[in-house]
Amino acid sequence: MTPTTDSTEHPNEQPAPLLQASGISKRFAGLMALADVSIQVGAGETVAVIGPNGAGKSTLFNCLSGVLRADRGTVTFDGQRLESLGPTQRSRLGIARTFQRIELFGGMTVRDHLMVAERARSGRGGLWSDLFRSSKPTEEEYARCQAVLDLLGLDDVEDRSADSLSLGKGRLVELGRALMCEPRLLFLDEPSSGLDRNETEEMSLALETVQREHGTAVVLIEHDVPMVQRLATRIYVLDYGSLIASGNTMDVLEDEVVRAAYLGVAT
Amino acid sequence: MVDLLEYAVRGIPTGCVFALLAVGLVLTYKTSGVFNLAFAAQAYTSAAVFYVLRKEQEWPLFWSAFIAIVIVGPALGLLLERVLFRHLRGAGSLAKMVTSLGLLIAIPEVVKLFFGSDAKSNPPPLWYVRRTDEWLWPQGSKFVLDAGQVTTIVSTLVVVVGLTVLFRYTNLGLRMRAVVESPRLAELNGVNAERVSMASWMLSSMMAGLAGVLVAPLFASLNPIDLFTLLVAALAATVVGGLSSIPLTFFGAIGLGMLQAVLAGSLPTNSVLATGLRPGLPFLVLFALLIFRPGLRSNSETADPLATVDPPLPVPVAVSRPRWMSISSRTVGVVATIFGLLVSWFLLDGFWLAIVISGVVLAVIMLSLTVVTGIGGMLSLAQAALAAIGAFTTAQVVTATGLPVLVAMLIGAAVAAACGALLAIPVVRLDGVYLALATLAFALMFESILVPLSWVSGGSVPLAVPRPVIGPWDLADDRYFLLFAALCLTVIALAVIRVRQGTTGRFLQAIQSSPTAANSIGISGGRSRIIAFTLAAGIAGFGGGLLASFAGRANYQASFPYVVGLVWVALVISAGARSIQAAVFSGIMFFLLPATLNRVFSWPENYLEAHQQAPEWMQNLLGLVQPNWALPVSFILFGIGAFTYAKHPEGIIEARTNSSVTALLRWTERRKAKVDASSSVDAPQVSA
Repeated sequence: MTPTTDSTEHPNEQPAPLLQASGISKRFAGLMALADVSIQVGAGETVAVIGPNGAGKSTLFNCLSGVLRADRGTVTFDGQRLESLGPTQRSRLGIARTFQRIELFGGMTVRDHLMVAERARSGRGGLWSDLFRSSKPTEEEYARCQAVLDLLGLDDVEDRSADSLSLGKGRLVELGRALMCEPRLLFLDEPSSGLDRNETEEMSLALETVQREHGTAVVLIEHDVPMVQRLATRIYVLDYGSLIASGNTMDVLEDEVVRAAYLGVAT
Repeated sequence: MVDLLEYAVRGIPTGCVFALLAVGLVLTYKTSGVFNLAFAAQAYTSAAVFYVLRKEQEWPLFWSAFIAIVIVGPALGLLLERVLFRHLRGAGSLAKMVTSLGLLIAIPEVVKLFFGSDAKSNPPPLWYVRRTDEWLWPQGSKFVLDAGQVTTIVSTLVVVVGLTVLFRYTNLGLRMRAVVESPRLAELNGVNAERVSMASWMLSSMMAGLAGVLVAPLFASLNPIDLFTLLVAALAATVVGGLSSIPLTFFGAIGLGMLQAVLAGSLPTNSVLATGLRPGLPFLVLFALLIFRPGLRSNSETADPLATVDPPLPVPVAVSRPRWMSISSRTVGVVATIFGLLVSWFLLDGFWLAIVISGVVLAVIMLSLTVVTGIGGMLSLAQAALAAIGAFTTAQVVTATGLPVLVAMLIGAAVAAACGALLAIPVVRLDGVYLALATLAFALMFESILVPLSWVSGGSVPLAVPRPVIGPWDLADDRYFLLFAALCLTVIALAVIRVRQGTTGRFLQAIQSSPTAANSIGISGGRSRIIAFTLAAGIAGFGGGLLASFAGRANYQASFPYVVGLVWVALVISAGARSIQAAVFSGIMFFLLPATLNRVFSWPENYLEAHQQAPEWMQNLLGLVQPNWALPVSFILFGIGAFTYAKHPEGIIEARTNSSVTALLRWTERRKAKVDASSSVDAPQVSA
């Protein structure tokens, strides 16, 4: 599907997953936040992680994106071991993420958010060019920014300070910032929480477009079942830090154990 | 071995002195969330009151101590809480620290205005004798303790046990901690946050008073700077206790005292190690502890869960105002600068010209604070030391090689930048308060260990630095020097603006506002912060060289002591850490305000001299005003300026600009609306 995997893919062989995490455990003092969790994500695939609040979903994201260091377990991304790498290095390998509690840069406009991410990715600009050359965006950078703004429908607020936006727009800005890093794997932590139906629809559409055009793999923590059904092909279910089910979306959502733990349906 | 043990035991009294200060500081931090640098100033206040009552008024011991420690101490704490810290409870720990920095500068000057600024020599001990060595115990033994040491040891033990009990077993202790975590949540749970906070401040302030009175006899004369230096020395112990554990802090302090005594006893007496390391040791330990103690690197500031109730920071004026206003304000700035230079060139006499030049040169150093604190988001208390490195290097290079001064200044800037980078590499990983403390430790290490060395400072006589000669212009003429300094300032200011608006500035802004998000897009916090720190150090170094060249000497005591650096920080931060105008303003104010006030306060004296037959009441009234009030009053004003930081973190100048821009915009809008309304009949009504 994506140029990176096409070359390695053989017709009758299962392709090596883009992300392979096995046996991830994380303990906070007395609390076992994650116990021996393994997930894998193929290139270009969309996977959802669901589970009740406090199940360890965000902790899993934090361990995978490098914000937290797992106590045990291995993470392999595109053939490379990640355990010893921090969030910055993982980001440079092509892993981007958004946050459950929205994390925007105060006092920066929407366009600045994207431009900062662009510069961080490309490594252009630095003290020397700030001092002796222009730090203004080049035409190419401008065009890349504009493409993301258009994709997410943010072009009418591009000059607004990001703090002043609604939560829904804020989540889109976070997504845009992540997309500027040209990720091959995108972690989205509850992208629809706090969004109304229209905004959720907008978000889903944008994600579908991104996947179609760039073949980005997406891992999504989400409570909105219709959105999960629409986007994800496979689901992992976490409860009390353990994986209690995984498989194709429809199968898992109809699973009795899952319904009991998560959807609150009596068995 | 036996010797070492003996030395260690001798270190216990010193350890208790450290413990008293360190525990007091931890108490304040635990109960108010303020890393209270002004603890030393509060201690000084009580010590001064005790000195005046006990020694000058010859009051009995009990009443002097009672007034100084039990009345004045808590009263000062109450005052600070009511007028200042109550309104700062929601503010970040850095904002609180800057405020306490302002207090540290202002309070002792107020005390001096009250009790006179003459030296208070031989402070009395908290005992019935007049001098500490008039009472010794146990007589004739190997380890003799004097009155000061005995009272300190006993008080320290009582305080440590008492506070440990307070926090571990009492309801009040629990409430004090709850109020620090989140005053709003505590109130929602039925805790009267105001009363608890008042009690906290009175208690910790009483501790400061006790510490001040007990520690004062260690020095030949009572002096706030000595007390503060001792406090910083004791900080190593607070770091051992992680700023929260009182018993650990106590043991850390005792250990520090012992280590110092052992080193003092076992090092050869006339070596560099002994003369330099002994006074510098606590700062070295503090620095090392900050760097190596695990757990300080991660986010130490516990976020108030209700912090989001507070409104967000205002958007910088430079972003929010319309373009025409930016252009016109820049034009006004350029015109004002040219006007200022013309006035200085044609109208000022030598004295005032020198004031203006010093201010312009200091503004260069202030710009280094703009870079490190305003853009980099790090509170550096070491900029004076870095400026001194630049000055010393310039002097040494000129003396040793005879290179032109300008070249030497650039070498000085490079050396300062290199030192800044070396300092930054371990330090930038630390968070807010700890980073500030590490830079303070560096400044004090520099002052106590390196400055006395002749290969650094040139020894006891400051090295001479000539003025530059550029082509036909000999900068020995102050007016040419002014133009040169203004040119340097302009070039550096433009560079700072480019950095602020460029990629580096944006990355640093991103890291400050959300480190996690910045990391997630591949911005490395460490790298950007090291760059900012290094650049700032280079600017400070250049400014230091320039200052030395203007003064003719690289004189550490006159220009760069760390305490002066603290005043610079308070000034530039209250004026506006991110803004160029604020840096220039504060640089010039630092010299202009004391000089102006001196003229103002000299006026009554001159008037009375000219009018011998003025009425008596007028003679009495005007006779009260002293010209030497100028310096204390300016320092009080500088200190008070820092209080505004919590309310206007963007700085006074930025806040004023912002409100006037808003007013101007509203005015133009209203005018436009009026014109529209009168030109067309069916225009919508605009309500005022």
